[in-house]
Amino acid sequence: MRNLFPILTVLAAIVGLWYLGAVWMNSAWTLDRAEGPLSFTEVVRDTMSQDRPRLPAPHQVAAELYDTVIDKKVTSKRSLVYHGWITLRSTLTGFALGTLIGILMAVGIVYSRTANMSLMPWAIISQTVPIVALAPMIIVLMAAIGVEGRAVPKAIISAYLCYFPVLVGMVKGLRAPDRAQLDLMDTYSANGWQTFWKLRLPSSVPYLFTSLKIGIAAALVGTIVGELPTGAVQGLGARILIGDQFGQPIMIWAALSAAAVLAGILVTVVAAVQTGLMRRMGFAQ
Amino acid sequence: MGLVIAALVLWGAGWMMNMAIAASPRRTTLAARVAVPVIFGITVLVMWELLVRGLGVSPIILPAPSAIAGAFAEQTHTLWLDFRQTVLKGALSGFFIGCAAAFAAALAIDRVPFLQRGLLPIGNFVAALPIIGVAPIMVGWFGFDWESKAAVVVVMVFFPMLINTVQGLADTTAMQRDLMKTYSAGYWQSLFKLRLPAALPFIFNGLKISTTLALIGAIVAEYFGSPTHGMGFRISTEVGRLGLDMVWAEITAAAIAGTCFYGVVALIERGLTFWHPSQRSG
Repeated sequence: MRNLFPILTVLAAIVGLWYLGAVWMNSAWTLDRAEGPLSFTEVVRDTMSQDRPRLPAPHQVAAELYDTVIDKKVTSKRSLVYHGWITLRSTLTGFALGTLIGILMAVGIVYSRTANMSLMPWAIISQTVPIVALAPMIIVLMAAIGVEGRAVPKAIISAYLCYFPVLVGMVKGLRAPDRAQLDLMDTYSANGWQTFWKLRLPSSVPYLFTSLKIGIAAALVGTIVGELPTGAVQGLGARILIGDQFGQPIMIWAALSAAAVLAGILVTVVAAVQTGLMRRMGFAQ
Repeated sequence: MGLVIAALVLWGAGWMMNMAIAASPRRTTLAARVAVPVIFGITVLVMWELLVRGLGVSPIILPAPSAIAGAFAEQTHTLWLDFRQTVLKGALSGFFIGCAAAFAAALAIDRVPFLQRGLLPIGNFVAALPIIGVAPIMVGWFGFDWESKAAVVVVMVFFPMLINTVQGLADTTAMQRDLMKTYSAGYWQSLFKLRLPAALPFIFNGLKISTTLALIGAIVAEYFGSPTHGMGFRISTEVGRLGLDMVWAEITAAAIAGTCFYGVVALIERGLTFWHPSQRSG
């Protein structure tokens, strides 16, 4: 809570700068249309309420958010809740898939030296490939082999972005037990399974959750990227795309803000699960 | 059918070979550490080729590696133009501007504890946001050419770089700082001789994250408008024409560019932070 005041100050400064930017960037359009000389207050008032501003003022975005989140019915195609739900569903599917792949690969890598030597370098290289380049192709590919809709390709893209942080964190976590702890398991004559379930897996939990927080943010990015290429109609990414095509900057900014809120909620939820679980497992906080 | 069986046999043979190398006493040598992933990669490629031929997969779904290599060799000129537009102009300029700006901002923040406490949590939050969505806005502001791509990249790399640098600058112990005081070192002296070198591993971590983000930003921004060349432009138009061999060639080019970009940063890191435990190998 010590940080609350500085954070609020910085936030206020950001909003202030945003307003200044809105005045500065939108004034050209105001002056273009003006028939006579305008006073400063008239210019400022106009820049705050344009229909298609270059940079919408914060209150315009807030009004659009209120309109599309609270006022519209949730089932309406114009409700951001509806589009957010589409995005959330794909994100969670991709997150689950990516986490599963990441954990399985990590177990393979920790237990098999061959897998470690063959897979690890490729896993690292796979992250330097700009996956988004694949997005339009994955969508066409899925359509070609008969998968309807965009849910599956979006989930694949977000799983791809999400698996790597999980893999790295999990490998570190499964290797976290030191020699003495492993020896202790040996003196109990524990077999491989028991060592895995009772020692390696529990000690990997803190590492896993640190990665999951990165992973879920990455999964959301993946979903939104999957919604950006032409033709998408559902999801927050599609709202950004449609706003761009129809020249509605306020719509783009509202969709972006909604995506930001969604990201915040997702990371917070994972962090809360982490705190709860670690406390129950008896990790020192 | 024969080709499919051949593919499976080959897979088994490749894996056995890797197992043999991984179990041999010379497994820690550089040759072994390079050979194993290379064998794995070649096995996957050959299997891909055999399976595509054996199962008669349509080139519209998945072209064979040989077809991709053919497209790559035929279209090197186009690929080079796209590479120059997207990577050299868009991604690299954005990467340098964004990282330099974040570095300067981090130095400024570091001097004001109030800003540190206010900006760090916000920066952490922003780094988790899908910033890629600003691409259409930047294209609207800066036009279709590489400037808008660079702008997207600047926004994307700024916060990860900022957080890492600020954290790095804070990564000195009280003992080390006290030692600098007893030498009566000023702010700049202790910055250059102690805190910046200590921050280097963090800074390079930020730079490495930024290399990937830079390419992603530059490519995605091209989906929203670009001149008639560029990797993102080529991919989206070729997907529309179902020229998947060209799409894969472009992806290969992007993968090579991304790996080299990352590799160069990693090499510089190794040169500058040779003293750090993560760089020392036995």
